[in-house]
Amino acid sequence: MTATGIGAPVRRKEDQRFVTGQGRYVDDFNRPGQAHACFLRSPHAHANIRSINATAAKAMPGVVGIFTGEDLAADKIGGLICGWMIHSKDGTPMKAGPHPALAQGKVRYVGDHVAVVIAETLAQAKDAAEAIEVDYEVLPAVVEGPEAQKTSVQIHDVAPDNTVFRWHLGDKAAVDQAFAKAARVTTIDLVNNRLVPNPMEPRAALGEYDPGTDNYTLYTTSQNPHVARLVLSAFIGVAPEHKLRVIAPDVGGGFGSKIFIYAEETVCVWAAKKVKRPVKWTSDRTEAFLADAHGRDHVTHAEMATDEDGRILGLRVQTVANLGAYLSTFASSVPTYLYAPLLSGQYDIPAIYCEVDGVYTNTAPVDAYRGAGRPEATFVLERIVEKAAREAGMDPAKFRKRNYIKKFPHQTPVIMTYDAGDYHASMNKALEAADYKNFGKRRRESARRGKLRGIGFSSYIEACGIAPSQAVGSLGAGVGLWESAEVRVNPTGSVEVLTGSHSHGQGHETTFAQLVSDRLGVPIENVSIVHGDTDKVQFGMGTYGSRSGAVGMSAIAKAIDKVIAKGKKVAAHVLEASEGDIEFKDGKFTVAGTDKSLDFASTALQAYIAHKFSGQELEPGLKEGAFYDPTNFTFPAGVHICEVEVDPDTGVTKIERWTAVDDFGIIINPMIVEGQVHGGIAQGVGQALLEGTVYDKSGQLVTASYMDYTMPRANDLPSFQVGMTVTPCPSNPLGIKGCGEAGAIAAPAAVINAITDALGHEDVVMPATPQNVWRAAQRSRMPMAAE
Amino acid sequence: MAMTMQGEVLLPAGRDRVWAALNDPEVLKSCIPGVQELEKTGDTEFRATAKVAVGPVKASFKGVVTLSDLDPPNGYTISGEGQGGVAGFAKGGAKVRLEDAEGGTRLAYDVNAQVGGKIAQLGGRLINGVAKKYADEFFANFAKSLSPAENAA
Repeated sequence: MTATGIGAPVRRKEDQRFVTGQGRYVDDFNRPGQAHACFLRSPHAHANIRSINATAAKAMPGVVGIFTGEDLAADKIGGLICGWMIHSKDGTPMKAGPHPALAQGKVRYVGDHVAVVIAETLAQAKDAAEAIEVDYEVLPAVVEGPEAQKTSVQIHDVAPDNTVFRWHLGDKAAVDQAFAKAARVTTIDLVNNRLVPNPMEPRAALGEYDPGTDNYTLYTTSQNPHVARLVLSAFIGVAPEHKLRVIAPDVGGGFGSKIFIYAEETVCVWAAKKVKRPVKWTSDRTEAFLADAHGRDHVTHAEMATDEDGRILGLRVQTVANLGAYLSTFASSVPTYLYAPLLSGQYDIPAIYCEVDGVYTNTAPVDAYRGAGRPEATFVLERIVEKAAREAGMDPAKFRKRNYIKKFPHQTPVIMTYDAGDYHASMNKALEAADYKNFGKRRRESARRGKLRGIGFSSYIEACGIAPSQAVGSLGAGVGLWESAEVRVNPTGSVEVLTGSHSHGQGHETTFAQLVSDRLGVPIENVSIVHGDTDKVQFGMGTYGSRSGAVGMSAIAKAIDKVIAKGKKVAAHVLEASEGDIEFKDGKFTVAGTDKSLDFASTALQAYIAHKFSGQELEPGLKEGAFYDPTNFTFPAGVHICEVEVDPDTGVTKIERWTAVDDFGIIINPMIVEGQVHGGIAQGVGQALLEGTVYDKSGQLVTASYMDYTMPRANDLPSFQVGMTVTPCPSNPLGIKGCGEAGAIAAPAAVINAITDALGHEDVVMPATPQNVWRAAQRSRMPMAAE
Repeated sequence: MAMTMQGEVLLPAGRDRVWAALNDPEVLKSCIPGVQELEKTGDTEFRATAKVAVGPVKASFKGVVTLSDLDPPNGYTISGEGQGGVAGFAKGGAKVRLEDAEGGTRLAYDVNAQVGGKIAQLGGRLINGVAKKYADEFFANFAKSLSPAENAA
């Protein structure tokens, strides 16, 4: 390992500009003549729009234009799309209602887009929005998934019972048989609380139209600018694909919420042509609460069958997934194919059957949020496993070990083929690091102080490196999920990598450069990573699902291999040797068995000056592209152990210890990986203890600011003990599994398992706020000090 | 979101006078905090504009106020619906009952209202406190308008 190669804890190259305020985010871009957009949003959760009167508003100072859904329809601008087709059990396709970028006749959630006002200044746009008169016929609303299936409220005409699909996965008969021979059946009812994504940088869009060239440009906060361009052109029809440039510059966090193609971006690029001015919109924080796609929101009943020895025989899961008022870009895939195939976890479970109903409600759309389906699956499985162990009177670590998969590859009953792992190794290392054997001593010590101490496990798995295109295509995906890269070597030997992955905090400028430095022997400072611009990068599927390492870097590795192969040809001509005798090592092309060599930079120069070979023999230049389509998902897995102390008098839960042992395969930069683990745990703890999105019965979002929605802070978290085990991933050339979502997937179950252990009963809801825990603690038996 | 509030207040005047004042737009206008316009548009209907502040949300609400269940001089239901632009909306009503009491008239009120939009998003936790404050202010003004000192002046 070199100081900057694979495995080195290189400091993030991009942080210099981020921490000195030199980052360039969408809102930092200002175009000549730019006007500002303000979206008039529905104050009602559900209403027919009888009329919109903008006459007075249009006459207000500075107003450039006011548009409604009628104007979009007149220009034949299509609705927003959901790119993953799900079929119900009965074979019928999902029932997706229309999703216009600006409401057409009806609003379906508080924050729904009614009109856009474009004015010289933002203040003028806001004032004019205030003056638009909308005559609403208010309709009854429904906000909870299970209730939406029973109510007379009808949100979309196409979806009776507000049900988009009734989907299932697995073998029902096999599960019924497993339950028939079970010694014990454990049941659990869970609510996976709805979350607001809260990236530090809110969404923003700046649309521009050049009448001279008929070109459109959209600066936007996107995790996948090429996907945005494809959807905006091919489906929504704002501009032809070759005439639309999408630029996603520095993006300050996304957690999934910036994958999707939203109304605001669509309207800004469309309106730029209408008003012949660049149009900018930057979300304020309350708009982000209202209109960013939310995460989670599942209501689940699960049952687990076990034998006398605590071996799992079968698992049955029924989930109602609240999808919100419209189907967001990947909304249908999250509670289905990103959820149920993970229900086998790390366990050898012979039979699994999962039913999921996807349901419309009068709430913000719900889509992928850090982990996307996998945290929901892990929460169900790890909660019920812990409960099953308790009911069997078994140590939860021992119960897990008894059921762990030991042989690979392992075919689960729910699609996935796990390729590699060593679950016992992670558990053993975690137990040691958590000082599990002395937990009882610590619990007694807490009890002496009147406190309840508990310990909780989460033995998670995730499917990352999303995804083999054929496989996801067969499951309903509208796109392939490969990645592309281009490696441009300059005549001076410096290297530019153009990648379809998009960094919005992951540190690609560092890790991707480490790969190049490692493979080509080029100093890391001579490598630049270019991403986020459809005019520069050939194509890309973007960053989500912990795919940038496993898929994005594999594409780069493939292009690097081609560069080396071409470099060998160039070197062979220069060194007057046969191509087969050229070896590439430590940044030098060498004639095998001799001291004749050409360093990488000289080879690059020779490739460009082309003096040593003719054009018939070899093309000049040194630039290669690659598309990499993975052959399987990757399966990062690990064990997180959370130890809490609950104060039964105040309900405050303090996390005393956090131990994480993860297997991410080969690691490029351990410092960045550890940072990802820390961030993921913090987000998962946020969900477990603090974050809860509340709509009241009438559909008003009453947690729409940081006054009412609590994010985790440093003092809510302990110092994490993070450890690794490594089984390289066999399905990609780098052996990478992915690490971006692990903490958020593992953490909620670990926290709630620890709290329920402390309380001595299972009845605590998430988020386990002091109020919820205090209520639960009133039902707990106070442990005796001498216990 | 729903907002409810109940209370009663002792007013220093006889029931008939209280009833008359409750139906007098000029009295109401001078007593309702933040009211800018209150114009009688029919026997039981008023047009109103009021400035309201709930926490960080300040808005001018425009709407219609109607009186129903008229039972002079025992009580009525006053209801209204107002639009506050991007601040949201408010609608609801109050049942008002009058009865004789020692020293004057006891007025009991029972408010049930719905608010939505920004006022609910940002002001949710504050709304009951603000409503109570507005009510207290109204009844303080109203009691003052009925007091003998006020009439003498």
